[in-house]
Parts: sequence; C-alpha cells; structure tokens
Amino acid sequence: MNILDGKKLIIIGDRDGIPGQAIEECVKAIQNVEVLFSATECFV
Amino acid sequence: MSKAVLKSAGYVLVHVPEFVKHTGTTQTVERAKNPDSDYLEALDSHLRPFEEVVKYAPNQVYIGNMVPEDLRSIEMPWCNNLTDINDRFGKFGEIMPEDEFIGLIKISDVFDLVKIEKSFASSVKEKLSNHPMISEEEICAIGDGDEISEIESLISEGNEPLYFDKKIVGCVKKAHDIDVNLNSHVMLENLVAKASGVLAFKNLVKKNNIDIASIDYVIECSEEACGDMNQRGGGNFAKSLAESVNAVNATGSDIRAFCAAPIHSLINAASLVASGTYKNVVVVAGGATAKLGMNGKDHVKKDLPILEDTLGGFAVLISENDGFSPIIRNDLVGCHTVGAGSSPQAVITSLIIAPLEKNNLKVTDVDKYSVEMQNPDITKPAGAGDVPESNYKMIGAMGVKRGDIDRKELPAFVKKHGLPGWAPTQGHIPSGVPYLGFAIDDLTKGSYNRTMIVGKGSLFLGRMTNQFDGASIIIERNPGEIEDNNAVNDASAKKLIAKLMKNLAEELLAE
Repeated sequence: MNILDGKKLIIIGDRDGIPGQAIEECVKAIQNVEVLFSATECFV
Repeated sequence: MSKAVLKSAGYVLVHVPEFVKHTGTTQTVERAKNPDSDYLEALDSHLRPFEEVVKYAPNQVYIGNMVPEDLRSIEMPWCNNLTDINDRFGKFGEIMPEDEFIGLIKISDVFDLVKIEKSFASSVKEKLSNHPMISEEEICAIGDGDEISEIESLISEGNEPLYFDKKIVGCVKKAHDIDVNLNSHVMLENLVAKASGVLAFKNLVKKNNIDIASIDYVIECSEEACGDMNQRGGGNFAKSLAESVNAVNATGSDIRAFCAAPIHSLINAASLVASGTYKNVVVVAGGATAKLGMNGKDHVKKDLPILEDTLGGFAVLISENDGFSPIIRNDLVGCHTVGAGSSPQAVITSLIIAPLEKNNLKVTDVDKYSVEMQNPDITKPAGAGDVPESNYKMIGAMGVKRGDIDRKELPAFVKKHGLPGWAPTQGHIPSGVPYLGFAIDDLTKGSYNRTMIVGKGSLFLGRMTNQFDGASIIIERNPGEIEDNNAVNDASAKKLIAKLMKNLAEELLAE
C-alpha cells in the first residue's frame, strides 16, 4: 500500500526543482488520491 | 550565413535601501496587512550602508572586479566576510548609490513626472557632476528642484514619494487622472527600470569605447510593462533607452518572457546580426523595484542583512563577426517547447541535451554552463537552496544517464563546469546573462572553447498558462575565420558543376 493511498493532496512545486505538474503526474498512478490543489511557485 | 559575436558587456547594481522599504512587494504587502509587524520594525536595522554593499564579494564579481571562482575561497555567508575592495566602479560597470540614482530617474523622465526637493537636487547635481558617464546637459535636466511643501502636497494626493536617508526628497506623479496603467506607482516602477537600464547601457558604451552611432537596434528584456489603459504592455522601453543614451541610429523593441527573456533576446539579437538585418544590436535590461527585499523576512529572522538591496542591470553588444570575439551559435539553441513536459529530466533534455546532441557533443564538451546564477547567500537562508548548484547537479545527472560521465565524477563535474552564483535575485538579471562578461575573456584570453547560457522563466505567474519557459544558447571561441557571404564554397561549387554537367548531358542526348 502506498503512503499516499486514500489521502487528499496539496502540491506545491518549485520551478527550479520539481514542478507541481510533474508531481501531479506521479501521483496519478496511485489509486484513491485526490489532488485538492496543485501549483508551481517561483522562489527566485 | 555569417555568425554574430558577443562583443562586449556592461553590468550595474544600484543600492536602494529606501526603495526596499517602500516599493519591494514583501514590504508593501506586509505594511498593508500588518502595519505594526515586528518585521517592519526591524527593517531599518537590517539595511546595509553603501560601503558594505560595495565591499560585498558577489557585488564585486557582478561589476567585474573579481571573478566568480574567487567566491569559492570566501566562507559563507559572504555578507559576514566582506572584501577589501572599496571601489564602486569595476571592469564591467558600477554600483550606484541611491541619491545619485534618484537624480538619474529625474534625468530619465521626459514627462516632468519626477519632482525632487531643492536642496536634494543641488547635492545630487554636485555628486553626478563627478560621474564619468553623466553629461552636463543631463545634469541641467535635473533642474533646480521644488519646494518640499509642494512635494508633500502631491504625495497627499496619492502620488508615490521618493525617499533618501529616511526622508522624503521627492515624488513621482501619476501620468493620468484615472488610468491605472499610468498611475504614480506604475510610473515609478517603469522609470526605475528605465533609469537602471540607461545606467547599464551607458556603462556598456563607456567601458568598451563603443561608437554609439554604430548601434542600430536595441532589445530590452526587463519584466515591466509600459503602456496606457488601451494597451497595458504596449512598450517600447528599448527605444526610450536608445533615446536616453543618444543612440541616434537605433530603433528597437521589447521582448518579454519573465526571467527567460534575456536568453530569448540573445538568440534574437544573434539571429538579427547573423542574417544581416542589423550590424550592432544591444540587449539591455534594468531592474525591478518589486523584487527588492523579496526574501527579507527570512534574512531578518536569521539576523542577516537584507541582501536584496540592489537593483540589477546589464547590457551586451552583439555584432558582426570580427574574427576575434566569441561566436554566438544561434544554430545551437535549446528551447523548452509546449510539448516538452515539466519533469526536471524533460527540462534539462530540452534546454541542455538537445543542442548538444545536434552537434554530437557531450555534457563535458561545454567548459562552463551559466544557468540561473542567483546568489546563494540570498536564497539559502530563505530555504530556496543553492539554485545554480542544483541546476549543475541536474545537468551532471543527465550526463551520467547518457554515459558522458561516471556517477562518481558528478561532484567534480559540478565544480569544473559550474560556477558559484553571484547575481541579485532580480528575476531576469541572474538568468544566464551575468556570465557573459566573463565569457568574453574566458573564450578569448582564457582557455575555454565553449560555454552554454541558460535561462528559465516562470510564465505561470502571469496566469495565462501553466507552462514555464526556458531557452539556451551556445557561445564558442572564434576560430578567426570571417565568413564571406558572397564567396562560393566547395559544396555550392560542386552543386553548380553537377547541374551544368547534367544540362550538358541532356543536351547531348537530345541531339
């Protein structure tokens, strides 16, 4: 069982690290995960 | 087609502690939401004096008195280990103090929007009269100044005040009664971008003895928008800068792509020169007031000075091939396309690997990569890490994946092919371009043969797309051969002979 199974997620990505969209793609593979909010931020 | 060369570069910083307090968005938002906050209370005691800003090692690198590699031998935080260099002028440019800069804003204002107080005007005129790049005519343009009562009256009507040394010394008036795009705040931001761009342009020209009349095109790539309520980002900063520096034979246009704009501009400039459209193109940008003190809360929390206390500016000249200056390979560019994807692997592939593969190169065939060159002294205390180092690690990791280097060689790759960051977090300013001045030396007098300049931009901040952006370009040592577009090369000669032979054979067969 995945640690994110059955969880609701808030994703904050980093343009110079892992963007939100990339994290979102990864969690799509897990069942019973609901993405409530996903964004990419620029910290520079 | 001919190649364009990277001819010369100019870099400026402007120390603006009062702008940090009154125009940086971290501070203005805090003032609006929490006017009695401890942070605002602590601001003044964490602002650095001009002398400290001049002695700060990353700033001395930015204006060319030190090289980036020098930073490796200084213990971090660099703000606690100042250099002995007390020179505001450097090989590439200068660090200007706030009072002189307010004078330059006044000089850059052609619509009489900037009002400055009489005694301040007098002292600024005296200081600027000793500046090697400000003409007598420009000093006269400052005028005699206005009474403080008149300025206070304008501020009470909602116009933006200008401060120096904690006192009001002037204001910027709105340029229209109701147009939000011409209000005093927008006019202040735009005049700051213009004035700091002018300063960078002047330093480029003066430090490199450029004939200003030879410049025929200017591309401006800052992150501000000028226009009115009918065309908010109409432009054109570029032409206004050309006018201010008396580049009488130039026209120009603005390129916007958030922090990636300087690289897009470099690619455009090189292509314009290589195609023969223009001979000498200047790419220039001034600084952004909004980003001043952006990470100030974290700096204060960690009892550091507020390190984002300077505006940045740069200007570079792209010219026809002179047989000596580094060649800009506008045929070897990387770009993050719409379909490229957003994973770090996809980004590095599109920006770094694709242009290398196009020329059968390995990641180690590029002597230096200039990526997002943000100063880690600023970003690390704020939790954003060492941005250049992370980028170099990702490039190295792709090199490992491709088999260009062994996994064990990754730390050595990061050091050998990377640089420590030194640029202020002014968005477009750190984006690849801070290295261009050093690249000219490294690819001519130095031992390097190839560099890659990379920039990224956060387009999603404009809320028109979820995409971000990036672009890169390779710059190489000049082999010393100047192309002659009119000459017939081997390939074209063979084609011509083959065509004639074919025609002859057809004629003989017909007979």
